Amino acid sequence: MMRSLVLLFLLSAIVACRPVKTIEQIQIKGSDSEVAVVMALAESFMHHEHRISVSVKGGGSGSGIAALLNGKTDIANSSRDMSDKEHEMAKARSIRPVPVVFAEDVLVFILHPSLKIKALTLDQIAGIYRGEIQNWKEVGGPDRMISLYGRQSNSGTYVYLREKVLKAEYSPKVKGMNGTAQIVEAVKQDVGGIGYVSLGYVQHNNKPTAGISVVSLGLGEGVSPLDRAAVTGGLYPLKRPLYHFLNGPARGALASFLRFERSEKGQAIIRESGYIPVEGPLAIAPGADVVPKAQPVHGK
Amino acid sequence: MGNKDLTPANLFENQKRHFFNRLFKFLVKTAAFLSVVVLVGIFALLAWNGLQMFREVSVFQFFFTSTWNPSALNAPSFGIGSMLAGTMLVTVAAMFIAFPVGIALAAYLSEVASPRMRGVVRPIIELLAGIPSVVVGFIGIVVIGPFLAKTFALSNGFTALNGAILLAIMALPSIVTVAEDALRAVPRAYREASYALGSNKWTTLVRVTLPAAGSGIVAAGVLGVGRAVGETMTVLMATGNALEVPDSLFDAVRTMTATMAIEMGEVPFGTTHYFSLFAIGATLFIISLLFNLTAEYLAAKFRHQA
Amino acid sequence: MTRSKRIEYFGFGVLRLITLAVVLLIFWLIADLFVKGGHTLNWAFWTTFPQKGMTTGGIFPTVVGTAFVTLITALFAVPVGVASAIYLSEYARDHFLSRLIRASIRNLAGVPSIIYGLFGVALFVEGLHFGTSVLSAGLTLGLLSLPYIITATEEALKTVPKSYREGALALGATQWETIVSVVLPPALPGISTGVMLGLSRAAGETAPILFTGVAYYLRYLPGTVWDSFMALPYHLYVLATQHHAIEEVRPLAYGTALTLLGMITLLNFMAIQIRYRYQAQSPA
Repeated sequence: MMRSLVLLFLLSAIVACRPVKTIEQIQIKGSDSEVAVVMALAESFMHHEHRISVSVKGGGSGSGIAALLNGKTDIANSSRDMSDKEHEMAKARSIRPVPVVFAEDVLVFILHPSLKIKALTLDQIAGIYRGEIQNWKEVGGPDRMISLYGRQSNSGTYVYLREKVLKAEYSPKVKGMNGTAQIVEAVKQDVGGIGYVSLGYVQHNNKPTAGISVVSLGLGEGVSPLDRAAVTGGLYPLKRPLYHFLNGPARGALASFLRFERSEKGQAIIRESGYIPVEGPLAIAPGADVVPKAQPVHGK
Repeated sequence: MGNKDLTPANLFENQKRHFFNRLFKFLVKTAAFLSVVVLVGIFALLAWNGLQMFREVSVFQFFFTSTWNPSALNAPSFGIGSMLAGTMLVTVAAMFIAFPVGIALAAYLSEVASPRMRGVVRPIIELLAGIPSVVVGFIGIVVIGPFLAKTFALSNGFTALNGAILLAIMALPSIVTVAEDALRAVPRAYREASYALGSNKWTTLVRVTLPAAGSGIVAAGVLGVGRAVGETMTVLMATGNALEVPDSLFDAVRTMTATMAIEMGEVPFGTTHYFSLFAIGATLFIISLLFNLTAEYLAAKFRHQA
Repeated sequence: MTRSKRIEYFGFGVLRLITLAVVLLIFWLIADLFVKGGHTLNWAFWTTFPQKGMTTGGIFPTVVGTAFVTLITALFAVPVGVASAIYLSEYARDHFLSRLIRASIRNLAGVPSIIYGLFGVALFVEGLHFGTSVLSAGLTLGLLSLPYIITATEEALKTVPKSYREGALALGATQWETIVSVVLPPALPGISTGVMLGLSRAAGETAPILFTGVAYYLRYLPGTVWDSFMALPYHLYVLATQHHAIEEVRPLAYGTALTLLGMITLLNFMAIQIRYRYQAQSPA
């Protein structure tokens, strides 16, 4: 029995130690809002490029940037810009963060359908997430306690929302979920639930997810994020760039991947995943800065 | 062993054998000492990194305030009050469930069950012990959470109660094992004396055997607490991770372990936030150390009594 | 029936009921896993890579990753653990050092797993510059398993009768020769049981590997100990909480949970089988 066990372990070790030589590795880590679309891009990219291996990890924008600052990743996915403190730290560690905007994201709020609320103003949402408004009846819903769902402090979306909408700290009652998908799942089951997610998580191939209702923003009917024209026309207030942060300008495999993201195929994947592709030439001359002139695509 | 004649060849052979003997004695002694090194190392690391946080954060703020917001816009706050409350709530609630059930199970296995039933139930308890914490957390999300939400008409299952039930499941096997050993270690004579005086088996169990196993039983409970306090994945997945001081079991809570697991991935090395996670770790380490030492002391006392 | 007997029946009945309730609960929880995820378990599940953003396909790299990291854990923890136990059982007298060692071991057993993770990051990933790798994670898990393996080995060594040792020594063997030829062999089954139980626990741990080497998705299997790896428990955690299509992959999560449980149960079962056979031939 012992011998067969030893054999089993050795066998798995041998299998594991099979020489798998890849020529180049790209490490990508960070934003949970971006992870799905970047993984889809990476998979498609690797289909053709057999000598490049891309590994994509989530963990939140904060952990991506931290990894970049610790020298542990090639690309930091981030749905927010780097803070002054982070820029200082980068300088202190001789890291030169180069931002690349590869897509745009629409931030939406989702509610349980039974609340029958179609639209909310940004002020109301700020009040809800600051903890000032605690019952749905205060904003036109049924008499029910508001159940808050959000992300944790490592999330770029968390930071973005705090800066752009709340302008203050979150209520301590917000349940910090480990990922965006968990927020969607939780709100589906919580009759008093509200959460914030990327549009990509509630819309695939232009079809919205069942079981949750997506809130329109603004007075009266508000602007629905599902209305692509309104979003690209700038009527929906919460549209934000999605970043890749690199250490220094992109070369070799990295440049190749970024080029793929800009290609027709890459843009199609971005669109399918519920995000907005950005256009514009990506100048990737060796040694050049890789900062595109981002022009959002108009119409579909 | 070998030729005992005093030839040079034999002398050399013996020297070789004794050399290896001393060598291996040295090696095993070093290996054993490694455990001490590791324990001291862990504590030293936690203390060294944790103390560095106190350059920026006051002791009072850390231990006695309840707002934990290291990445705040303006004034980062490092108070672990809400986490301590969360950890304590979940742990105490878990023990309320696990301790009585565990003792009951131990009593069943030790006093009531036939050898055949023991052979059936004990492996099942051991099976429970083998379930990894991430699977228990998963069960909390997909089975117990929704069940609680439905039963108590809550809007969701991410509550301290969910965490408490799951921790009870995880702590149960340890409690049962130690308590059962304690009960079995009570000499037969105690029970027989009680029967001789006319008591039935139940009264004997409650009035004689259990008290005689006293400190062993308490040791089981304390050990269970130690286990519950240190659990990470289970609470991370099932308690909602809300940084508020809980008002009831139906609130979402965040434990110290969950905070470390969540935030460790996002901190650049050498920042105050980084050090603060080690400070939490040090606090947790000391708490579980205290529980384990207490359990040990009680168990030792019990062994002396029995 | 006398009142006394009735009390006894009632009291014991309550105990039986509680036991039954617990056993049924355990069965219900595991049955639920099977009902919701049993259908995903097939050979293909275990031998293919995840595909399409991990929404289909299998969990092959996680099985390999877990096996690989457990192997490293074993390579570290078994020699060190058995050696420590040999010291405690055969060499140490009851002086301050041995009591200190024993106290350390007992306290290490109670240290929360996330703290081992923090320690692993600081020592292996950063301090020794091993980076996030199978090596760092394996060593961290090794430290975690050490107390358990030492204790189990010591128990096994204790059951070897003193007369064995005395006989060998009387024949002129050195202490080390005695240990190797006469003490270890009969203790081997007990040691194996302890080692396998300890390793199966390590295989199921998530917190220690979170920051020391495990990855969300890798295209290739880890080629050397310096690579990152995927692992079963972390995969379950990701599928259950962070995956972007949580509901779609829920069945896969169940399948992963069952695979992990199955692997651990198998290891434990083998360990206990060894223990039974050992007890059957136990030296008088």
